[in-house]
Amino acid sequence: MARAKYAWGIIAATLAGMALVAPAAAQDYKAASWAASCASCHGTRGVGNDTMPRLAGRSKDDLLAMMLEFKADKRKTATIMHQHAKGYTDAQLERIAEYFARQSYR
Amino acid sequence: MRVTRREFVKLAGAGVAVGAGALTGCAGTGTSGRAKVVVIGGGFGGATAAKYVRLWAPQFDVSLVEPNANFISCPFSNRVLGGNLKLEALTASYDKLQSARGVTLVRDRAVAVDPQARTVRLAGGQTLAYDRLVVAPGIDFIYDELPSLKDAAAQERILHSWKAGPQTLALRRQLESMRDGGVYALCVPKSPYRCPPGPYERACQVAFYFKNHKPRSKVLILDANEDVQSKKGLFMAAWNGPSKGLVEYRPQSELVDVDVRNMTAKLQFEDVKADVLNVVPPHRAGDIARQAGLITTNARWCNVNWQTMESTAVPNVHVLGDATLSAPAMPKSGHMANQHGKLAADAIVAALTGRAINDEPIISNTCYSWISDKEVVHVASIHAYDQAQKTLVPVKGSGGLSPGITTREAEYAMGWVASIFADALT
Repeated sequence: MARAKYAWGIIAATLAGMALVAPAAAQDYKAASWAASCASCHGTRGVGNDTMPRLAGRSKDDLLAMMLEFKADKRKTATIMHQHAKGYTDAQLERIAEYFARQSYR
Repeated sequence: MRVTRREFVKLAGAGVAVGAGALTGCAGTGTSGRAKVVVIGGGFGGATAAKYVRLWAPQFDVSLVEPNANFISCPFSNRVLGGNLKLEALTASYDKLQSARGVTLVRDRAVAVDPQARTVRLAGGQTLAYDRLVVAPGIDFIYDELPSLKDAAAQERILHSWKAGPQTLALRRQLESMRDGGVYALCVPKSPYRCPPGPYERACQVAFYFKNHKPRSKVLILDANEDVQSKKGLFMAAWNGPSKGLVEYRPQSELVDVDVRNMTAKLQFEDVKADVLNVVPPHRAGDIARQAGLITTNARWCNVNWQTMESTAVPNVHVLGDATLSAPAMPKSGHMANQHGKLAADAIVAALTGRAINDEPIISNTCYSWISDKEVVHVASIHAYDQAQKTLVPVKGSGGLSPGITTREAEYAMGWVASIFADALT
């Protein structure tokens, strides 16, 4: 999945390798707290693993669109995400998507 | 998408600024001037809390007090009983919390908390000072209602195996040495107890082992509750499908005592003899919670403020995981404890740096149960803070169960365990 984002992945990985962190000026602590819930399956800061898709560093719009599709039962690529997505308002999902979009990953 | 050189320089500048901020962002009240957080208990909750305080506030001193050398996961340990997993696969070191996250590992047992002096005394004699304390003690068992099971020798014969580790392996050995045609009886305590689907998963795993190695044997579930406590339809489908004829479920069968010599479960109206008797006694919050005065309810559980996980009884002390008086419809699970750990970490960092807490927390549970060697089912729930009820409640319309028993979710289950180990321990 996400083959199109491979090039961006290399850039982001390079940035991560240089010990960069997301700009802190507009740190959304509430979103960070909400997103920490996702980390149990998707890895700390959304780094993902072989089975669980990476969320860190992906486009905010893509992440939000996916979650809204799960929420509306229109996306069938997972067995559990439609049940989780319904736990959040659209506005909360947007802030969580923005948080993950800002995260770097190894 | 591309990052131009100009943007790269900007990002790099931001990174440097953050680094400097972290060095000077001192909020400590301890003697060294750095805030001190002590975490008692290195389970899913405590380990996660220790890690996340350091992740979000690298300027804080964090100590994790845990007597065991290694972390052993209760989730998936029923697979060891089914012969489908080695316990080593569920065992992990705490070392990375120290080497990668800067958590100070203290291999000792906490024996006393002084909330006025804000100190923790350890069995080894050392005393640790804290600004904020996290107590994540898990559970201990209540034997008051099971008189014959009070002594240590009895507890070595009739196992609980409800804390993963030596008892998991010992129960597996009992099952291996049981004759074909024998009865394995599992006594389930009244809810709430650790891991609501755990007993029924255990029945499935033992039935799987019997089916392949001792097909004339039987699994008997003696449940003190009125019904299956979690994933009922899915477990019934297993017991009426792949495990048909191997599992008998008896609700409203509360244990009143045991006959250790005869491996007999004494129920109110009958005695049930087994070849292997496995008793999960009722639980309460772990010993240190009781000593610290954190138990608030029914002499068993610790009530907390669900925005911060802070004890309602003792200020500056946060209680996590199975030891808590669960919020409505919130299971006692490792996943839930991991989520509690992050709520507490966020609230502690907020309090000690003077920023606002997250006043509308949302946490979730994801729980996979193994039906056989490669079939899995899940239950999920999302719990959001309700300002009127002042607690976390399940979000209407969210959460749910697997539609059926599948092999696909076994892959996700393995992904889950890898993820949550990394999230809690590295």
